[in-house]
Amino acid sequence: MGEITLGQYYPTNSILHRLDPRVKFLGTLVYIVALFLVRGPVGYAVCAAALISMIVLSKVPFRYVLKSLKPVVLIMAVTMLFNLLLTPGEVLWRFWIFKITEEGIRMAAKMGIRLVFLVSGSSIMTLTTTPNALTDAMERLFGFLKIIHVPVHEIAMMMSIALRFIPILTEETDKIKKAQIARGADFETGGFVKRMRAMIPLLVPLFVSAFRRANDLAMAMEARCYHGGAGRTQMKPLRYRKADYIAWAVVAAFLAVCICLSVTGW
Amino acid sequence: MPIIRAEKLGFNYVQYNDENEAPETIKAIRDIDLSIEKGSFVAILGHNGSGKSTLAKQMNALLMPTSGTMWVDGIDTAGEDELWKVRQKAGMVFQNPDNQIIGTVVDEDVAFGPENLGMPTDDIWTRVDDALSKVGMLGFRDRSPNRLSGGQKQRVAIAGVVAMHPECIVLDEPTAMLDPNGRREVLEVARELNRKEGVTVILITHYMEEVIYADHVYVMDLGKIVMEGTPREVFSRVDELKALKLTVPQVTELAYELKKAGVKIPDGIITPEELVEALCAIR
Amino acid sequence: MLIEIQDLCYTYGEGTVYEVMALDHVNLKIGEGEFIGVIGHTGSGKSTLIQHLNGLIKPTSGRILFEGKDIWEEGYDRRSLRTHVGLVFQYPENQLFETDVLTDVMFGPKNEGLTKEECEQRAKMALRQVGISEDLYKVSPFELSGGQKRRVAVAGVLAMDPEVLILDEPTAGLDPGGRNELLNQIKYLRDKRGITVILVSHSMEDMAVYANRLIVVHEGKIAYDDTPRNVFTHHRELEKMGLSAPQITYVMHDLKARGLEVDTRALTVNEAARSILMALSLRKSMKTAEAQEKQD
Repeated sequence: MGEITLGQYYPTNSILHRLDPRVKFLGTLVYIVALFLVRGPVGYAVCAAALISMIVLSKVPFRYVLKSLKPVVLIMAVTMLFNLLLTPGEVLWRFWIFKITEEGIRMAAKMGIRLVFLVSGSSIMTLTTTPNALTDAMERLFGFLKIIHVPVHEIAMMMSIALRFIPILTEETDKIKKAQIARGADFETGGFVKRMRAMIPLLVPLFVSAFRRANDLAMAMEARCYHGGAGRTQMKPLRYRKADYIAWAVVAAFLAVCICLSVTGW
Repeated sequence: MPIIRAEKLGFNYVQYNDENEAPETIKAIRDIDLSIEKGSFVAILGHNGSGKSTLAKQMNALLMPTSGTMWVDGIDTAGEDELWKVRQKAGMVFQNPDNQIIGTVVDEDVAFGPENLGMPTDDIWTRVDDALSKVGMLGFRDRSPNRLSGGQKQRVAIAGVVAMHPECIVLDEPTAMLDPNGRREVLEVARELNRKEGVTVILITHYMEEVIYADHVYVMDLGKIVMEGTPREVFSRVDELKALKLTVPQVTELAYELKKAGVKIPDGIITPEELVEALCAIR
Repeated sequence: MLIEIQDLCYTYGEGTVYEVMALDHVNLKIGEGEFIGVIGHTGSGKSTLIQHLNGLIKPTSGRILFEGKDIWEEGYDRRSLRTHVGLVFQYPENQLFETDVLTDVMFGPKNEGLTKEECEQRAKMALRQVGISEDLYKVSPFELSGGQKRRVAVAGVLAMDPEVLILDEPTAGLDPGGRNELLNQIKYLRDKRGITVILVSHSMEDMAVYANRLIVVHEGKIAYDDTPRNVFTHHRELEKMGLSAPQITYVMHDLKARGLEVDTRALTVNEAARSILMALSLRKSMKTAEAQEKQD
């Protein structure tokens, strides 16, 4: 169950799924930058076209992309509301101390569109890339930081272990919670202090278990000759293929178009 | 030549009490002599706390002896420089399947060992394919370990060890957390590796049913080896086993009861088939 | 009737790709003082079933009655239900959290709102019942051995003084000594205190010894609900469900097939031994009789 909520990878075989994660990661970054570059309707249309074609290429059902918007609906609503009420300009409607301006409406609409595009665009990346591939991509992309003694390999290893254990610990939390409820624990009622105290019977066992697992895992890794990143090879090293080069070209073209649109303000 | 040999092996650890009392030295295992032949299937039995897991960890140099010596394929495990060689030669599978799988995809987990050994990518692929097919998990290579059953997870863990081409595999209570089907799967894989690949298997367990196929059984109690022999020899000593908080399989107990009542059947019956044959042979 | 399950269905992950029907129209009645064994392979729905009994899972459809009252009715106090129906989860030692054993066991009664003295009294009684000696009361639960931890966790549920005690594979991971000790203590509770026990286990051998009613769950349905003796006569069907009967059952069936007149319904080693001895002496006397006839 944990895996559905986490990373939300949607297993299928599409062009996007097969693409090198580095392309997807940087491509998504470019797309996000572009969203904030463009100003006019043509710009938004180009971004929308990019988003829609990515969704189609990914073969991920549309409702999964929509689902990813759910957790950010509140943030979106608040942002839009602030923009709506607090943008100065030509007043259209007044209510108590608030006033709605034409600029406000435009601003709110823009913010809304941007956020929807941003979240669904990045969820396309997480829907088509396994968390592991993403970690790999980051290890490679940030590899240059090794020069200034950033332990890039170790950080990546930690991330991928975390990814493996988050679903396990989520399940475990659920189990311990149920076990304590069966002993009459109450997690739902009472004020802040009572609720915090009620968490102790959940958190202590969870930490104990997490430490035991960490200990076991460290031993298992040692038993399998793990001794850090030095001298380690990879089963699935990232290699660019033809499709990846084409994707780079598409991303570059997209960026160029968006910069032009940004300059002209279309 | 024995693949694993221990001489007067002992391991102590120090336990500190809350009340600042003098630290207590606990002898987890003491004076263990053992010699395990290449290609054999050996079981180590004992109740929880008998020292059997401590002994297992000595075979992989996860723990070093505090007295005596342990050799793995002729290498003294106390020698720091050959630590990785020892661990590659004696692979280890642990009890909790969740806590020993590192990869988020099955085949990537199996590759973990060979990657640590610095194998070239192409070799890793051959080894992973080979290891997964030996444990019958090739069809699951792209799955997430979280979606597998306990038995399947343990088979992946075994594949992870097999991919390192070890001389012997130490399984430390690999079935304790599994259901009967999972237990069967894991044992079958272990037996298969032993028979077909000639890998030495050392199975640590407290399930008596699991040791009937072993070539040799050691029984541990209070950190010492208290009994050893073939399963048949060991299982014929039902009362002694019971005193060690171990039970024998139901058939063995039944045969033992019948024998006590004067029925003429052989000692140490370990499978239902044997018992049926023995009883039908009585004229 | 103590607990009654009517037409219970439960679907996991409704509306997702992972939708699974875990329980499929289950009907069950549980009476006072029964020792019920629940068996089924992993994923059969047995864990889901028992979590319905104390209201931890809400049924997708169907009703659960405790002492005649629907536990999902508006205003039903499910928190107090949980003091009547105690549930010990798998690896219950994972829920220990207090600084010492006694305080941990007091957690349940404390949640019921009892006074400190009452809580302590209940906790001490529960600890006695699982055989934890007094010198361990002030020890941290994390310093105990595996078997002791397990028993303290069981005491944590017993301290709520439940009428029904449900245990989900309470012996998993214990060695034979610890396993027999714990099961005997549970049996004692049922015999002496009249607690209704529902025991989920993978061990048919244990079921044969302890349970007086055996429920086999398969693919979300109840496949058998009968005495262990009667259920084991279906050993071939059990195998098709990925289960098996005790070793004894197989031995007895094979012997019978080979012409030895033994009782195939023997449950325990002692019963089997007696039956085999009888069959052997019967065969011997028949043979002597035959031999005599020939002589005559």
